[in-house]
Amino acid sequence: MKSNLLFDFTVDKATKTVFINREFDADLSLVWDAFTKQEILDQWWAPKPWASKTKIMDFKVGGRRFYAMVSPEGLEHWSLQKYTSISPKTNFKYLNAFADKDANPELPGSDWDLNFSEENGTTKVSITIYNESLARMEKMIEMGFQGGFTMTLDYLEDLLTTLSQRQ
Amino acid sequence: MQPIGFANENLNNMRRDIFQAIADPTRRAIIVLIALQAMTPNAIADNFHTTRQSVSKHLRILTECELVKQEQQGREIYYSLEIEKMKEIDKWLNQFRKIWETRFNQLDKVLSTIKKQKK
Repeated sequence: MKSNLLFDFTVDKATKTVFINREFDADLSLVWDAFTKQEILDQWWAPKPWASKTKIMDFKVGGRRFYAMVSPEGLEHWSLQKYTSISPKTNFKYLNAFADKDANPELPGSDWDLNFSEENGTTKVSITIYNESLARMEKMIEMGFQGGFTMTLDYLEDLLTTLSQRQ
Repeated sequence: MQPIGFANENLNNMRRDIFQAIADPTRRAIIVLIALQAMTPNAIADNFHTTRQSVSKHLRILTECELVKQEQQGREIYYSLEIEKMKEIDKWLNQFRKIWETRFNQLDKVLSTIKKQKK
């Protein structure tokens, strides 16, 4: 992996928008496939030790992806994505919402906008995520991530709660 | 005269970079340690396998970020946690960034595997 590949991540709380830019050492069609084909998507979408399990994926405008983030203990967190716009190898947009196991969405959701471009064999992906609420953004994290850092901070958080109650 | 290591521009940089301050495992460990009780730099250093100089460097960064405060008691300086300041840190922001980092690193591997298969 090239170490000079761009990665930036910014959150604008005022507009409740997350901006993510990342470059990949691969051509545009491959990166596009990695984001739009179920069999590739499931290989990387869930941060380990979580797994991504796509039940339905119909990549066309009006189509949807119904998938779960599966925890190491086998706990499933379902989400539903509805594709609202697709310009092949350039851009696609979808509305993302948490869902129950029967694909009933839990609104409000978030609006995702993904842009793809290639320069000299490097493909840049720019993602914009607009959330209606910050609380929802927090939930998004709970569902997708576990690791040392979270545990340290969770421990700290508990500790701080205990300490501030004492004061 | 500013004491060495407390130059103003350094201080300003650190203040801006509060997330970097807690991104370091040793600094997180120090935070957890002094959250329980105020401690002297020597007492803190006893908990780590690094040098005292390294611990005092971490303490300086934490102080510059206003995450910890110093208090003089007799001849000793005690460090304790600025609880309110810690609470201000949006822990989720870092976690969220981390998700994407992990996710994209996984994608890098998948892409390179596919590229190799194609050749």
